[in-house]
Amino acid sequence: MALFSKQNKEVFTNPLNLDHPILGQVLGICSALAVTSQLKPAIVMGLAVTVITAFANVIISIIRNTIPNRIRIVVQLVVVAALVTIVSQILKAFAYDVSVQLSVYVGLIITNCILMGRLEAFAMQNKPWPSFLDGVGNGLGYAMILVIVGAVRELLGRGSLLGFQIIPDACYDFGYVNNGMMTMPAMALILVGCVIWVHRAYFYKEK
Amino acid sequence: MKLNTNSNSYIIIYSAVLVVIVAFLLAFVYQALKPMQDANVALDVKKQILYSLNIRDLDGAEAEAKYAEVVKEESEIDGQKVYQCVIDGQNIQVASLKGMGLWGGISGYVAIKGDGTVYGAYFNHESETAGLGAEIKDSQEWQEKFIGKKIYGDDGSVLLSVVKKVDDPSTQVDCVTGATLTSNGVDAMLKDGLKNVFKQSAAAPCCKTEKADCCQQGKSDDCCKEQADSCHHGKSCDKCKAGKPDCCQESKSKDCCSSETETKAKEE
Repeated sequence: MALFSKQNKEVFTNPLNLDHPILGQVLGICSALAVTSQLKPAIVMGLAVTVITAFANVIISIIRNTIPNRIRIVVQLVVVAALVTIVSQILKAFAYDVSVQLSVYVGLIITNCILMGRLEAFAMQNKPWPSFLDGVGNGLGYAMILVIVGAVRELLGRGSLLGFQIIPDACYDFGYVNNGMMTMPAMALILVGCVIWVHRAYFYKEK
Repeated sequence: MKLNTNSNSYIIIYSAVLVVIVAFLLAFVYQALKPMQDANVALDVKKQILYSLNIRDLDGAEAEAKYAEVVKEESEIDGQKVYQCVIDGQNIQVASLKGMGLWGGISGYVAIKGDGTVYGAYFNHESETAGLGAEIKDSQEWQEKFIGKKIYGDDGSVLLSVVKKVDDPSTQVDCVTGATLTSNGVDAMLKDGLKNVFKQSAAAPCCKTEKADCCQQGKSDDCCKEQADSCHHGKSCDKCKAGKPDCCQESKSKDCCSSETETKAKEE
């Protein structure tokens, strides 16, 4: 089987389009609200979830035939938790700054419903390579929304992106004021809602 | 052979084996990486202390060298660490602080100049919300608001505070927008952590040496006390030191020390 057969490509691109984890399946909303008040944590969280989803998918897919059906969720949880802990330990030893950045999100990754959802829906039935692609695709789909929402919130809420000021001082002199509402979680919900609206309007017409 | 993966014994054995494997794996990773992690944590503490002294943007070895150059003495009282530092000939104390934020612990380092004002501050947290409570650590701008604030009142109470509406800009700092509870945590931490440093500053090294001088010169204990008091009341140790020999030798009162300090200040 070719590594990038048509089928595998679909596995990778579907979660970025129609089967988008946040927009289509409405999973992982809570963490999407929590970490998007600025762009940087949104990117870090997106990457972390992508890596963990991909590897957890591979591991579960390898041992899928040995997992007893009745305790499969427990087994998935143990694998995810072990993986997250190991990754965070390695980061602590070799990339301390990143691990400090991530510290808050490690717990959020373990409980991220996209992870569990993909393990249960995809990795339990498929071979390791497609599972890996599925994990990367879903992770990137998730990261994409985080980055969009994070960028809008930081730009309008603080006038900056990644901590660099974007809106020039001249605008503030003319009476422009940062929108404090944008830094609140409620605005993230509204923004995610807007993104879902655009997404559906686009894809459902196509269908 | 096809295993019956749904039998009870298989499930029990499977879960036991899985848990043991995972436990060994985690224990192994933890043990193998611990020395490197400890080194990182120690370096991070040093960096944080340097941040509080407004020395930012140093990496690894540079920070290590700068730390060794700046921090002269490390003492611990009731579990609270206080670092004696010298920057540009100025004596500065860095007090370590610990407190509670909204979701978890917060900590910080506040650098105090000899005259009882803030030289610099740095705060850290374990699990505050990114973009809101986490701003106490991420926003250099916010930390710099502390610089120059007066910490102590005349009676020795801690005046430095974090409030929603600033009435007295000389001692109060505006809290972080959207993070009232974390800001309250910082406020409580400052109140709690700095009051002990104040007691300690009565015996700060410069005063200690003054005391030694006083005693060596066979002057009365009062002299020493006065000297200590003058430090105590927020007078700059440096200035007292400068005006010290005369005060001590002539066994003058605290007024002498402070009047000398004032004249010195005028001259400057």
